[in-house]
Amino acid sequence: MTERLLLVALITSSLLALFAACMLGSTPMELPRVIAALFGQSSTADAVVIWQIRLPRALAAWLVGAALGASGAALQGLLRNPLAEPGVLGVTATASLFATFALYYGLAASSVFVLPAFSIIGALIATGLLATAAIRIKSVVTLILLGVGLSSFSAAAMSLLLNLAPNPFTLSDMINWLLGSVANRSFEDIEMALPFILLGLGILFVTRRGLSALTLGEEAASGLGLNLRTQRIAVVLGAGIATGASVALAGAIGFVGIVAPHIVRPVVHHDPARSLLPSALLAGLILVVADIGVRILPTTTELKLGVVAALIGAPAFAWIAMQRRSTHE
Amino acid sequence: MSDLTASDLCVRAGNALLVDDATLTLKSGELVSILGPNGAGKTSLIRAMIGLLPPDRGDCQLNGVDCYRLPPFERAQQVSYLPQRRPLAWPNRVRDIVALGRFAHGAALGRLGQQDAAAVESAMDACDLIPLADRTADTLSGGELARVHFARTLAAHTPLLVADEPVDALDPLHQLSVASLMRNYVDQGGGALVVLHNIALAARISDRLVWMKKGRIVFDGSPQATLTAETMATIFGVEARIITDAHGVDVRIDSALGRG
Repeated sequence: MTERLLLVALITSSLLALFAACMLGSTPMELPRVIAALFGQSSTADAVVIWQIRLPRALAAWLVGAALGASGAALQGLLRNPLAEPGVLGVTATASLFATFALYYGLAASSVFVLPAFSIIGALIATGLLATAAIRIKSVVTLILLGVGLSSFSAAAMSLLLNLAPNPFTLSDMINWLLGSVANRSFEDIEMALPFILLGLGILFVTRRGLSALTLGEEAASGLGLNLRTQRIAVVLGAGIATGASVALAGAIGFVGIVAPHIVRPVVHHDPARSLLPSALLAGLILVVADIGVRILPTTTELKLGVVAALIGAPAFAWIAMQRRSTHE
Repeated sequence: MSDLTASDLCVRAGNALLVDDATLTLKSGELVSILGPNGAGKTSLIRAMIGLLPPDRGDCQLNGVDCYRLPPFERAQQVSYLPQRRPLAWPNRVRDIVALGRFAHGAALGRLGQQDAAAVESAMDACDLIPLADRTADTLSGGELARVHFARTLAAHTPLLVADEPVDALDPLHQLSVASLMRNYVDQGGGALVVLHNIALAARISDRLVWMKKGRIVFDGSPQATLTAETMATIFGVEARIITDAHGVDVRIDSALGRG
């Protein structure tokens, strides 16, 4: 009952936030004008602002959030750890390294699918590595450290690419990916990432019952009839594809995949399966709201969404980590 | 009728031989307890028997099918398994943990069908958990949690049950109540293979006792036939007296035997 309420509340507020994103900006637009523009009954100027600037940007933020929120919730279920998240585990960093690589060598220009393909491959390599290591590594701290290592290595490799960047134009392009942003996204960009995000989310959704079973640990879960191998592969694949596609759309945006599931979990009685969908909705909502903030903050240079997400998310991460220590040890 | 068998089973981990040439059968309608000192291979034996551990040699069959090749889902519909270590990743509600026992029946938490909900309810009732049903796991004591896990195993409604130290950490009253739940389960046609450390309790409720030492099954027979001072000396290296009176059997350990 509370879960259904939660879902309704999250969907409603997501829609409201998307509307708000259309209304707010450098030139605020009242609701009637937004609605007129959405339904094609307005001036061309309004239609351009809504359909080519604000709506695709807000939708991109929402989709990226949804992909990261669900991936975070699923990885937390698989690894049985509230600190697991694509950003913390170095998955987004590896994905954006691969994306940067594609940009650096101009490969991304050859086809719209090159950039998402590279990001997804990067994300899959990272998640695959982590899941393989997780079989042998029993300590969660070690696993997180492995993620830190992956992150650092990707950051180093990225710095190398930045260092060697042939011209300032490439450099600024690459920095965009490094920091994470949904500025200037078009519906074409969304079209390129959407199928992969949906595919990833679909795979994760199929694995959700297995995530519940994993609550009891791997031994008991396989006793319950869960095929551990298949489960592990599916979650890695789903989280990798969704995260990779989100990186292709917005670059590396961290921590939202840790904050959203953490808020959702108590409401769904700490069941990883039931936290999947609300985590996706909430993370989408958070990013849309954060992006509105980025747009209306009176700064001379617009802040990057990924920077703002990290500024809010990193302290939250530290707080969750400290709380965990006090209750579990 | 269900049966679970191990034939000439060997399990190895690296160079260590954990289970050495074990042959054992569990049938519906019998309660078989495995006894033996720490490191005797009891856990490895039952894990291999239900296909969670690859055998090095020999094989394990569930109703005539190789356990290790059986899809986990199909196996879980026949055998429910209570492991020795029972970690919990999240502070779930008691009723949700018990409901996980319905996993192989396709149940999803929060959306239980009528049959699943009834099974969960009756398992919680049997284990005295109704008053705790909505409590979260992090508010329970070790013994209460052990009952939650046992209820989870019962809720599966499988023909066979394999449990590793189900009464460990329980107070005397709940040791007896879990023991009698296992006995009831078997009397109603189930088959249970249980690792126990409480020898007197095992002798009281079991149809057969399987005694293990250093990976080998040393004795396998009725409590009357196998629970003797000699068995205690061979298996555990202790001098013990077996006391039988009107209330049942008790084992009194007097001293450790000299190693030699």
